[in-house]
Amino acid sequence: MTDLDLARAYGVGDHDLIRLHARLATSAASAALLDVAYRVVDSPVGPLLLAATPVGLVRVAFASEGHDQVLQGLADRISPRVLEAPARLDGVARELDDYFAGRRHAFDVQLDWQLSTGFRRTVLGHLATDVGYGTTASYASLAELAGSPKAVRAVGTACATNPIPVVVPCHRIVRSDGKTGAYRGGPDAKRALLDLEAAA
Amino acid sequence: MSATPRASSATLPPFETLVSTYAATVLRVARAVVGTVDADDVWSETFLAAMRAYPALPPDANVEAWLVTIAHRKAIDVTRGAARRAIPVAEPPDTPTRESADGRDLDLRAAVAALPPKQRQTVAYHYLAGLPYAQIAELLDTTATAARRAAADGIAALRRSYEPGEAR
Repeated sequence: MTDLDLARAYGVGDHDLIRLHARLATSAASAALLDVAYRVVDSPVGPLLLAATPVGLVRVAFASEGHDQVLQGLADRISPRVLEAPARLDGVARELDDYFAGRRHAFDVQLDWQLSTGFRRTVLGHLATDVGYGTTASYASLAELAGSPKAVRAVGTACATNPIPVVVPCHRIVRSDGKTGAYRGGPDAKRALLDLEAAA
Repeated sequence: MSATPRASSATLPPFETLVSTYAATVLRVARAVVGTVDADDVWSETFLAAMRAYPALPPDANVEAWLVTIAHRKAIDVTRGAARRAIPVAEPPDTPTRESADGRDLDLRAAVAALPPKQRQTVAYHYLAGLPYAQIAELLDTTATAARRAAADGIAALRRSYEPGEAR
C-alpha cells in the first residue's frame, strides 16, 4: 500500500474540523440535543471550565479539579451529550470578564441547580443572594441564614462542593478566626477573589 | 474524589471525546465515499445522529464501527438526495483541498471516485477507517469473503489507474 497513500490523499485540515465542529454545535442546539454545552475561559485564577444545560449555568470548574474529570462527571450525572459549544456560555463568559475586571459586582445569568440538592442547595441559594460583593461571612452566620444555626459543618460541606464557584460566591465564606479557609479552587484562588473584591 | 480509576465499560465518555477522536477519520471516509462536496453533509448528519442515539449506546460498543455504520447510511441518503437533484456525486475536478493535496493526491481521489460503489466503500471502510472485513460485510449485507474481494479488486483497480511516476 505504500504507493497508494489513501490517508494522505484524503488529508484533513484543522480548519475543516473546526468548521464542522461549529456546525455540529449549532445543529445539536437547535435539535435540542445539546444537553451540556461547555467552554474554557482564561481568568486571573486560571482556566475556568464553564458548563451549561438548556436551563442555565450548571458547573464552573477550576483547573485544579481536572477539567476532563469534571466533564466525565457531567456526562455521568447529567447526560453524556456533552459538547464544546461556546455560544451558550457567551453571556457567562462576558460577565466573568467584567467581574474579573472589577466592573461587575453581581451575576445575572440563569443557574441550573441540579448538581446540588436539599440542604446544600438551600445554603448555596442564601449564599448567592445574601452575601454581597466585597463582604465576607462566617460558616456559622451562613448556617444561621440557612435556618439551621447548628449545621455549621454541613454548611462547610455545601461550600466545599459548590458546583458553581465564583458565580455562587462561596469564596466569601471564611472561618470565624479570620483565616481564609478551604476552597474548591485552592486557598490562593480564594484569596485572589477576596482581594479583587476588596480592591474594587 | 475517588482515586479508583473509572472502569471504561461502566460509563460513556462525554460526546466531545468521540468527536475529537473520530472527526478526522469520519471526514476522510465520507470524502472517499461521496466526494469532497457532499462529505461535509455526511459528516454533520453522522455526528448529529450519533449524538441523538449516544445515551443508549452500550459502553463497551466499538465506537468507530458504530460511527462508520451511521456514516455509511448517511452517505446513502446524501447520495440519493444528490441523485434526485441530478448533481454529480463523483469528485469534481475543481475542489482541491488547501492542505497537502498535490496532483498525485487528486489523481488518487479521482481514481477512488471512479470505482464501483461496493469497491469504493470497502476500500474506504477498511483502509481509511480500519474496519475488519467481517464488520464491513455486516454493513454491506454481504460476506466477509466478498467484502475482502471487493476491497482487493478496488485496490487493484486503483493501482491500474494510478501508477505514480510510471510512464504509460
